[in-house]
Amino acid sequence: MEENKKQEENQGITRRDVVRGLATVPVLGAVAYGLYKKKNLDRYLKHSISEELGMSAGEPAHPPKSEGREIRIGLIGFGIRGKQLAKGLGFAHPSQVEEWRKAAEENKNDYRYLDFRSQEDLNIRITAVCDVFDTYGERARETAANIHREGSGGPMGEPVKRYANYKELIASPEVDAVVIATPDHWHGPMTIEAARAGKHVYCEKPLTWSVEETYEVRKAVVESGVVFQLGHQGRQTDAYLKAREAIEKNVLGPVNLIEVTTNRNDPNGAWVYDIHKEANEATIDWEQFIGQAPWHDFSLERFFRWRCWWDYSTGLSGDLLTHEYDAINQILNVGIPHSAMSTGGIYFFKDGRTVPDVLTTVFEFPEKNLSLLYSATLSSQMDRGKRVMGHDAYMEMGSTLTIYADPRSTRYADKIKKGIIKPDMPIYSYIPGRGADTITSATERYFAGRGLLYTYRGGKRVDTTHLHLKEWLDAIRQGKQTSCDIHNGFEEAMTAHMGTLSYHHKKQVFWDKESESIIV
Amino acid sequence: MTAYMNEQTPLSGRQATWLVLLRVAIGWHFLYEGLVKVFNPSWSPLGYLMDSKGIFAPLFTAMASNPTVLGAVDFLNQWGLVLIGLGLILGVFTRWATAAGMLLLVFYYLSHPPFPGLNYALPSEGSYFFIDKVFIEFLALGVLLRFPTGRIIGIDRLIFGKNHKNL
Repeated sequence: MEENKKQEENQGITRRDVVRGLATVPVLGAVAYGLYKKKNLDRYLKHSISEELGMSAGEPAHPPKSEGREIRIGLIGFGIRGKQLAKGLGFAHPSQVEEWRKAAEENKNDYRYLDFRSQEDLNIRITAVCDVFDTYGERARETAANIHREGSGGPMGEPVKRYANYKELIASPEVDAVVIATPDHWHGPMTIEAARAGKHVYCEKPLTWSVEETYEVRKAVVESGVVFQLGHQGRQTDAYLKAREAIEKNVLGPVNLIEVTTNRNDPNGAWVYDIHKEANEATIDWEQFIGQAPWHDFSLERFFRWRCWWDYSTGLSGDLLTHEYDAINQILNVGIPHSAMSTGGIYFFKDGRTVPDVLTTVFEFPEKNLSLLYSATLSSQMDRGKRVMGHDAYMEMGSTLTIYADPRSTRYADKIKKGIIKPDMPIYSYIPGRGADTITSATERYFAGRGLLYTYRGGKRVDTTHLHLKEWLDAIRQGKQTSCDIHNGFEEAMTAHMGTLSYHHKKQVFWDKESESIIV
Repeated sequence: MTAYMNEQTPLSGRQATWLVLLRVAIGWHFLYEGLVKVFNPSWSPLGYLMDSKGIFAPLFTAMASNPTVLGAVDFLNQWGLVLIGLGLILGVFTRWATAAGMLLLVFYYLSHPPFPGLNYALPSEGSYFFIDKVFIEFLALGVLLRFPTGRIIGIDRLIFGKNHKNL
């Protein structure tokens, strides 16, 4: 034995060395074989599922660059939403740009500056602005003149005219189209005025404040032929576009119940906005603010927090339900419901408001064999998402889209039995910026659900409001349809009004199709 | 019993066998983690990095926020895992592979320290209090670094000979 060993050492590499040197190589073969089998199985499962569903894999294409003539825009209303719309159009106040720039310097993950600077130029000019509060009006002027998207002290474009009254702005020959971001009770009158003057309209949701004006608005827009877009930017959300595809391809089977929700829990979310320190009777045109609303003495609270009063607002129904409803109308074309039944109350914000902070509304669509349940709270942030429940599969919609097969599905029964479809794994999952997949890893879904996968995309993320405005502008230039046109707006407004009327009258209200009227 | 005993690695045959099994198992884990990422073109360490917590979190989120750095991290991580896995399984450049594996594990540990009070998007399958499986794998590689087996069972034996002192 000793003899042998000595001999081996003297001989250099021996047979024993080779055997021991390569002893673990077969392990590699085992890894490779195992991996090969696993990949094949994965591919087979994926293929079997994606063939069954027929869903497209890619992301919705980015619309082509806006070309054609310059459009001259008039901005009406420059509060919180007005500012956001201006940003979507490519305009922000120099001090705001400065703030974003500094924030980006301090925090590399803050992409607001980069996003704004790289946002597509829509080839428009803001030629007129209007706001009943002087400070906002001036800010709007300065914002509109910031054509180079520079920060404080940067070069500015020509001064933009501020109009004291919206009617003058609409009548101005310098204006081709208007963007309306005023309180709800002004949406109707302003849209009517603009349409009659032949000006294209982008109006914030909801379309109207009262039932009566809804007919007038539709008539004015249809008769004038102007291009109208209602501000439900969710129409551009790619996960919703995928959801629509899933419905079209009947991935879910019969859908009989949909649950949509609002879950907010902060003063801002409950419309308790800050009161500007420069605001007073001298700087606010109170009479113009009141408009068709019942008269009330000057009130800063009512001016800045108008969403809390029925006098100017449409409450949860018009303000937040409409987003949810429009998303469902977008994917399912449900139209106006046959009936609505609402209950709720002012349970948390006992601050003098008249609109409820908790609301539940059930809409029935018997022709579609569908109930739509909306429930909202302004005092809890528990995220309940949008749930579309089909006999064969159910879908959760949000910024991501996830579809699970129902364990008792008829359509997928065979594949579930064979183990190809697993009810606890999504059969389809869409993550913005990551595309669609049949089976995503649990890890990716966890990250995506928390916004960790698409929030920081090197500035490539696009603001849906920008896309929605762009669609409207492109439609004006090319004479095309917008995705949330006046008919969608009519449906949206009537649905919201039905919810509100039911809440007020404490009873179920109905839609009469023949006479197009709400029966209380 | 005394077959593998020599001056550099005074290990008994059974001792060496268990160490080699440990080495191959860790290698398998690294290799598979690497291949899964290599074969999945949409794999990105973005979510993992963005989810990091603790005092080093800013470093890892900074890596995620720069697309160039993120791409480099992704590449190095994937192929690092594969090469380390191959090294450990085959016993080739074993000590380099072991040390590199320890370095990677240090990064994983620091980016997701299992400290009380830190909660991650991805729930773990067990309960960890300062010590997690990454830490234990790190210690196991530490043991393998101290008790190298590449020259006993491994290609290092063919490259460097079983008596080479530096491997």
